[in-house]
Amino acid sequence: MQASRDDFVIAIRSAFLKKENKQKFSLIALILLASIILALEKYNFKAVDYLKISLKEIAYRSSFIVSIPENLTKNFYEKTKNHFFVYNENIQLKKDLKDQLSKKYNIEFILSENERLKSTIDDLDYFSDEILAKVLIDRQSPFLKSVIVNKGSRDKVTMGMAVLDDDYLVGKIVEVTYSTSRVLLLSDLNSKIPVDIMPSDVKSILSGTGKNHGIIQYIKDESIIENDSRVFTSGAGNIFKSGIPVGKIEKNPGSAELNVNFFSDFSQLRFVKLILFKMEEN
Amino acid sequence: MSEIGRLSYFKIILEKAPVILLIVSVLNEFDLNYSNLKYFSFNFPFILIYYWSLKRSGSIGYGLIFLSGLFNDVVVGMPIGVSALAYLLICGFSAYLRNITLRPSLVKDWFFFGFTILVVNSVIYVVVSLFFHIQIIYVDILVNILFTFLLYVIFSNLFDYYQRLVFGAVND
Repeated sequence: MQASRDDFVIAIRSAFLKKENKQKFSLIALILLASIILALEKYNFKAVDYLKISLKEIAYRSSFIVSIPENLTKNFYEKTKNHFFVYNENIQLKKDLKDQLSKKYNIEFILSENERLKSTIDDLDYFSDEILAKVLIDRQSPFLKSVIVNKGSRDKVTMGMAVLDDDYLVGKIVEVTYSTSRVLLLSDLNSKIPVDIMPSDVKSILSGTGKNHGIIQYIKDESIIENDSRVFTSGAGNIFKSGIPVGKIEKNPGSAELNVNFFSDFSQLRFVKLILFKMEEN
Repeated sequence: MSEIGRLSYFKIILEKAPVILLIVSVLNEFDLNYSNLKYFSFNFPFILIYYWSLKRSGSIGYGLIFLSGLFNDVVVGMPIGVSALAYLLICGFSAYLRNITLRPSLVKDWFFFGFTILVVNSVIYVVVSLFFHIQIIYVDILVNILFTFLLYVIFSNLFDYYQRLVFGAVND
């Protein structure tokens, strides 16, 4: 019994404490160093921030270069997949186009009416600074749903800017370095944004699920919301302006949950718009 | 002469393949996320580090493993040091197994790898969830652990084949 315990201790000591051949550092020293870095980060130690910024600048650029083969594979895969579905997609698109054209004229009228009414009541309006950015890394970890874009503080990117794919909201800036920024996607578990659900005009919170869809939370009565209802930003909290399209509701039969299918496909992001909404008086 | 020089460069690249693979895999994980497979993900660096630390200790330096862990955290957006700690623990477990093993077998290595990734993921959970209060999707982590465990056998055989090709024999 004593001998087997000794063997165990010797094996552990040899594995962790002894510096092995061809190794410059012992394992325990590096494990301690990693733990110290973690502890310092927990208490927001300045030196760790500098280390992080330097590593980010190197890692994001290198990662973009290293990702080129995978991106080529991804593009090839997408093109092949799209090729097989082109016929059905064409029929669907024709149908959608017809619907959209009829809606377009209605929207034009409503927009002009809205502007006229806003100027009548002296309401606040939004204007925006827009920056086009390229997605460098879209690596999805089980812990965080985010992408890295190639614009940073030197391009006047700031924390909290809205990130749009065409006209659809995909997330917001949560981290800015000199030449890159991190976008927290709406699908991330930690993402929560105030939304309006139309046409029921219900205000709620859209939370990420860590999957490809979001979920509507803090709502009193789910039954008043219909399937395929549209979800827009509500503008509450002055983070985003109101009325940015986000997705549409999908009700699960047999469940009270209201899922939101995002309009934008987060796995296909190539270029995004970074927008800072500011209020201006009419 | 230049032919010999070119061959030796090629040999160095082949010998350094585990290091190159580690750098590439932390900067761009082979997670196949674009294929939209709902329940498929695995941690390639875990397999790579465990295998090469076990079979050819010294082929990837601990310092480099530590650095690649830091880079992984930066790319993934985790608290800095978590992956470095996880990778180094894997090295520790594989070094321990190497010290106590007299007659190596794939099955033993495989099950010990399963135990190792369970412990390492628990450590990540404790650090990320309890200290940094980041929410975790347990199903994703479990799926990741399961596929990492299952795929070890395939990668282990591939690496054995590679070792035979480049170094002449599998170093047990």
